[in-house]
Amino acid sequence: MTEAALSPMPAESLAATADRVASARARMHRRFLEIRWGLAGPALLVIGVFGIVPLLIILVYSFLKAGSYGGVEWGFSTAAYVQFLFERDIFDEQLRFATDYLQIFARSILLALGATVFCLVIGFPTAYFMATRPASSRNLWVFLITLPFWTNLLIRTYSMMLIIRDEGLINDFLLWTGLTGRPIVILYTDFAIGLGLLYSFLPFMVLPLYASLEKLDFRFVEAAFDLYATRGRVLRRIIIPLAKPGIVAGCLLVFIPAIGAFITPLMLGGGKQMMIGNLIALQFGSSRNWPFGSAASLILMALVMIALIIYVRSSADRSKASHG
Amino acid sequence: MAESAAVEARSVTKTFGVAPDLVRALDDVSVAIEENEFFTLLGPSGCGKTTLLRLIAGLELPNSGDILLAGRSVVHLPPHERPVNTVFQSYALFPHMSVAQNIAFGLEMRGLARDEIARTVGEMLTLVKMQGLDARRPGQLSGGQQQRVALARALANHPKVLLLDEPLSALDLKLRQGMRGELKSLQRRTGITFVFVTHDQEEALTMSDRIAVMDRGRVQQLGTPLDIYERPVNKFVADFIGDTNFLEATALGEEGGFVRCRCAGGFELLVGGIPPAPGATVTVALRPEKIVLHPGGAHGTVTQAVYVGTDTNYVVQLSVKTDLGVRVQNAVDGRARFAVGEHVGIEVPPGAARLLKD
Amino acid sequence: MADPRATLDLKRQPGFGPVAWFCLFMLYAPIAVLFVFSFNAGRSVNNWSGFSLDWYVKAFHNEGIQDAAWISLQVAFAATLAATILATAAALATTRTRPWAGQTGAYLVINLPLMVPEIVTAIATLSFFALIASLSGIRFGLGTLIITHTVFCIPFAYLPIRARLEGMDLTLEQAAADLYATPWQAFRRVTLPLLAPGISAGAALAFIVSFDDFTISQFVAGPGQQTLPIYIYGAIRRGVTPEVNAISTILLMISILFVSASFLIGRRRQ
Repeated sequence: MTEAALSPMPAESLAATADRVASARARMHRRFLEIRWGLAGPALLVIGVFGIVPLLIILVYSFLKAGSYGGVEWGFSTAAYVQFLFERDIFDEQLRFATDYLQIFARSILLALGATVFCLVIGFPTAYFMATRPASSRNLWVFLITLPFWTNLLIRTYSMMLIIRDEGLINDFLLWTGLTGRPIVILYTDFAIGLGLLYSFLPFMVLPLYASLEKLDFRFVEAAFDLYATRGRVLRRIIIPLAKPGIVAGCLLVFIPAIGAFITPLMLGGGKQMMIGNLIALQFGSSRNWPFGSAASLILMALVMIALIIYVRSSADRSKASHG
Repeated sequence: MAESAAVEARSVTKTFGVAPDLVRALDDVSVAIEENEFFTLLGPSGCGKTTLLRLIAGLELPNSGDILLAGRSVVHLPPHERPVNTVFQSYALFPHMSVAQNIAFGLEMRGLARDEIARTVGEMLTLVKMQGLDARRPGQLSGGQQQRVALARALANHPKVLLLDEPLSALDLKLRQGMRGELKSLQRRTGITFVFVTHDQEEALTMSDRIAVMDRGRVQQLGTPLDIYERPVNKFVADFIGDTNFLEATALGEEGGFVRCRCAGGFELLVGGIPPAPGATVTVALRPEKIVLHPGGAHGTVTQAVYVGTDTNYVVQLSVKTDLGVRVQNAVDGRARFAVGEHVGIEVPPGAARLLKD
Repeated sequence: MADPRATLDLKRQPGFGPVAWFCLFMLYAPIAVLFVFSFNAGRSVNNWSGFSLDWYVKAFHNEGIQDAAWISLQVAFAATLAATILATAAALATTRTRPWAGQTGAYLVINLPLMVPEIVTAIATLSFFALIASLSGIRFGLGTLIITHTVFCIPFAYLPIRARLEGMDLTLEQAAADLYATPWQAFRRVTLPLLAPGISAGAALAFIVSFDDFTISQFVAGPGQQTLPIYIYGAIRRGVTPEVNAISTILLMISILFVSASFLIGRRRQ
């Protein structure tokens, strides 16, 4: 702080004051932006270099030729994308329409959708029940639902595997009761994968649902009862419409990790029942076809993006509707 | 050199947002606040009073204009280089520090010696009657106590000017009334210039030396509480401060320093203000409590009577379109003096009503 | 109707309670089985033959587990430290001010790792480091895992810190400035102490996310960089034993400890 800055300036012209104000404003604005970028910069740089550049690399890889021993050969090719729909006959080199990979994608989408629906069926009543508990036990419920969300998915899937094995607790129980004479095969089936996805991602559904139901103003429910609605109608006409943001968010949060699941089909599908994640892993492992694996990754990303766009659209519609 | 004002704003303009959502929070405002003055910025929310306070504190930069403290321009200085302190509306006490640490904060930042800080903190605790509570955290204090700590924290720095942003609004009614007296006496004892922001006219009228009534980014009237209440210059001020009847009237001519006007219902009154041309249609502001009702007159009919404890508020119909609100003190036994349907005469003492500019 | 009050409780929906308890049962039953049979005296993971801590003793003396745990700890500590510092700075930049040009973009980039499927991150990062190695010969050693983990830990550390900052009263810093604190002093004396619980919660989450990661590590880890989850996966493939249960239980306990800590710290009143 200089003496000049504090000295009385009764004779200063209006223009000089305006200049001083303008330069102070400009200085403040510049400093503001410097600080913002300076603070956000390092994180953006790290994610940009080690998170986004790798994605660009696989975008490039998906248009290259596969190397004989893994990796890629530098030369443009759309073979990776053609491979999804056609296979090259070993004898006459003709392209034939093949559905093997399409089936894997279809199975992945169906399993992810199925898991989402069942998560909703179990998750909605759970979230509603939680939201209507007294505040003290509500926090405990939230904690108990959150806990599996943060525990090791590999180990949780392993524990599921222990139960549904041929020698697992479920079959032991069925044999003991005599309901069945032979163990029922659950492990390494599509059903096992679906069950695993449901088990893995259930908290992802319950938590956003709870967040929107907890905010629900129960005076609306009272008003509906006052206007002769039954319990079922209150649920359908009042509670579910008001919880819609939570329902959409929950479905998205289950669908996205489910469609890209890797550990669940790896352990519960036993390598036979593949999902997209395993197909990708295989290309970077024993199949040694990096371009094809990259192309599959990009298609998976596209599916995730579509789900995200649907979500953003629906929430944008909602905010438009609520702002008239 | 002439004595400079403690705080001066010169043609200050401040806008927020960009067109078409541009808001002119302050529109070419000039105010000079004298030393040792309890100065109040009064107005409805959004009138620009808090913005002006924040400009003085340095928390905002104006688009144009100048801010001077004791004659020195500070408009380009950041808040920590300005010799003013603020009591925030939410108090903004640091929740992770004790009462004593909160009060000591500004002194520490200025690099004062340890023993001097300790001594000042002790003095301030005594000043705001918070002795013995120095180790408490803000979360353990009542609203009134938090208020006192916020005051002590600002006053500890012995600022030339203390800025107070609606400091009483978070307190309940009883506490608020008590704090009014305390704030006023604190200002007298310390001799510090107080710039007080409020939307509560009662607060403004009871505490201030001078009041600036603001609306839509402009100062509508600047004057003593008496000026503001008794001689409002325009319709906004008359309407915002207290209850007022607005009457359309015809100016008849000057009479003994007043203007004779005729209102609906045919009664005439002597109004204070600058005389307009005779025959002009004017707006007259008339406070309900200044009107005297006479039973059995012919000016109007009582159409409503609402009991409000000490008084009764009447509505007297003068003509089909014109109602007049009148406040009359109740009889000693609490009974209302007039009944609905009663015909009454109206008397207004000379000068009790004011001519308005618009 | 057994209890007439139940019919009067307008919030109640019949059957929702049992579903909620079933949900809880479904989430915890498999983990409970895993936990119980880690104490089994015999080799079986579903026939109880008596209580024993033998498998824990075995797991503790297993050199493979010791090595993997050491790798996991190094990676998790380094990644947590880096991610928390980066996330704190980024959170300070993206909250509490009027929006600035590029703020939405910055927010999207920071949260990007949450939106990309793990398997895609895994193979993309693998390709990236393989490309660097083949072009320049640079190998990062354990740094590869640390960098990779830092990237996906940033959003997990960022979210609780940002939430804390958004809940903080903006006028506190203005009050500090009004009391002669320079911007740095205001940050050091007011913002940072109030932000500390958010930073701890974020760091705790970053640590678990790193410590628990299997998919990405499995692809990116070089030879001799086996983390604990990778070791466990290998052990499961070799055969299901109570020893796997024991080490899994320890891992679960570590997660639970950190989540509980994060939960309690994050909820502490300001």
